[in-house]
Amino acid sequence: MTDVLSVENVTREYPGGVTALDRVDLRIAAGELLAIVGPSGSGKSTLLNIMGTLDLPSRGTVRIGGDDVTLLSDRKLSDLRGKRLGFVFQQFHLVDGMSAVENVATGLLYAGVRHRKRAPLAAAALERVGLGHRLGHLPHQLSGGEKQRVAIARALVNDPALILADEPTGALDTANGQAVLALLSDLNREGATIAVITHDREIADRLPRRVTIRDGRIVADSGRPACG
Amino acid sequence: MRLSPGDVVRLGLLGPRTRKARAALSALGIAIGIATMIVVTGIPASSGRALDAALAKFGTNLLRVQPVAQGDKPQPLPAEAVGMVARVGPVTQVSAVANVHSVVRRSDLIDVNDGSGLTVLAGRTDLLPAVGGRLIAGQFLTDATARFPVVVLGAVAAERLGFDRLVPGAPPPLVSVGNRWFSVAGILAPVPLAPDLDQSVLVGWDAARRLLGFDGHPTVLYVRSREDAVEGVRAVLPATVNPQLPGLVQVSRPSDALAAKRAAAGTFGALVLGLAGVSLLVGGVGVANIMVISVLERRREIGLRRGLGANRGQIRLQFLAESVALSAFGGLAGTGIGIGAVIGYATWQSWPVAIPPWAAGGGLGGALLVGVVAGVYPAVRAARLTPVEALAA
Repeated sequence: MTDVLSVENVTREYPGGVTALDRVDLRIAAGELLAIVGPSGSGKSTLLNIMGTLDLPSRGTVRIGGDDVTLLSDRKLSDLRGKRLGFVFQQFHLVDGMSAVENVATGLLYAGVRHRKRAPLAAAALERVGLGHRLGHLPHQLSGGEKQRVAIARALVNDPALILADEPTGALDTANGQAVLALLSDLNREGATIAVITHDREIADRLPRRVTIRDGRIVADSGRPACG
Repeated sequence: MRLSPGDVVRLGLLGPRTRKARAALSALGIAIGIATMIVVTGIPASSGRALDAALAKFGTNLLRVQPVAQGDKPQPLPAEAVGMVARVGPVTQVSAVANVHSVVRRSDLIDVNDGSGLTVLAGRTDLLPAVGGRLIAGQFLTDATARFPVVVLGAVAAERLGFDRLVPGAPPPLVSVGNRWFSVAGILAPVPLAPDLDQSVLVGWDAARRLLGFDGHPTVLYVRSREDAVEGVRAVLPATVNPQLPGLVQVSRPSDALAAKRAAAGTFGALVLGLAGVSLLVGGVGVANIMVISVLERRREIGLRRGLGANRGQIRLQFLAESVALSAFGGLAGTGIGIGAVIGYATWQSWPVAIPPWAAGGGLGGALLVGVVAGVYPAVRAARLTPVEALAA
């Protein structure tokens, strides 16, 4: 199976001599659902930023669909993010004043989808996460769980090769958190490749593959399940 | 991937749409600047057009001849001056008035010295076409009435004496001139080229000589000549009117006063236009300020958009479009307010409305330019944020 993402020997150092990631290797194959788990300060957010091309490594290579992202211009890198990656953030990051469907449609704006086609695709994505009845609601009219589902719809509307979810349940209560996890599992069964970054072992244990990170190094990887 | 123009417009309107009050206030600064610009160009243009219309209507070929004041009393012009001027080739019309030094009163119960600030003039019957005057009521002095105690009132004189109209068929009202009763035959409209007639009461030349002791020396001559010969006629008039003492004759061209009024209005307008430019600049600084705040507040949104695939250029474009949108609102509102104010003021002054197209177009264009300039720095700042910095805000 082809890798959607590979991180090879990646080190990320910050000015002042802080090494957030130290020679990290990670490969993610299409169709996987994995957890990157570790305590706070372990470097998992830095890893997510580098996997998501929001940040570049100090050394090492990051390949997405075969392209070495460290060699791409800002324009090409942005294009790649818009077309092949989807992000889900702990704080949802919905734009105030834009309805649910407009927020989701923003996920298509920079991928070059024409205006006329965006709203129907966004509505379909909201339908897929069970929010077909909330299309015109503004963020402040939605519950936390609903906001996160809008954010998930925005991440998947473009059918990305990889969805990166940073503590997607972190701002939710247990019930809503479970529902969001169940939704991510459903989406994975439908074919989406998803990496969930979490500090919560319990959440990590419910996912097929767990990559444990500590002090900037990967200390354990449960590996890809046999069924792949 | 490029954003379509429609997408850029929608992105530019997102900020104003979600923060309406702030957008309205920052656009207001621009609106005030643009409105002022249109008002200070539109009002002089309207008044200028009104003056042009007056000049076209009354002509620029009128010359006014009067004696130079020497001591208290002006030296009177020779009695035969009118006849002499009429013989100058290019002169087409000549008429005259003379101050008869009498007092006009509404009735004989008023103090004999209270003339309401009005002047009693002897006027020739051909005065009206020479000065381009017209009547709003009754009729002017004729060869028949000029010999009898009949007056025609100037516009201001009629108002001060309490006559705003004459009832046709009714006996004419009477006024007292030099202790004799004169009947009012007509009322003049204001005469822009001879405004001193407005405050005058005109009696017939012969009636003044017979009833008021007038000596027949004219005080002011009104001379019309062919347009192409006005300056030549102007040069020969002093010697023609008073061959002995040409230096004591003053010739002026009343239309010059109207033209000067127009030039003065233009100069004043340039000054206020400068002030309007300053207020537009202040409005632009307001927009820039709001945009800097907006970029700071919306750092997470910037980070999110970068995550969704926006490149630096697209972030820059979004904030530049927002700044231009704010200024465009201001420009449109200001243009509307300015045009409305000019229409209102011009209508109130009974002027034709004239708004220079360059002022309306330039105002809007200026607003857009201010928007671009004000937006550059905030937009560059927004685009310079890395996605990680922006998302961590």
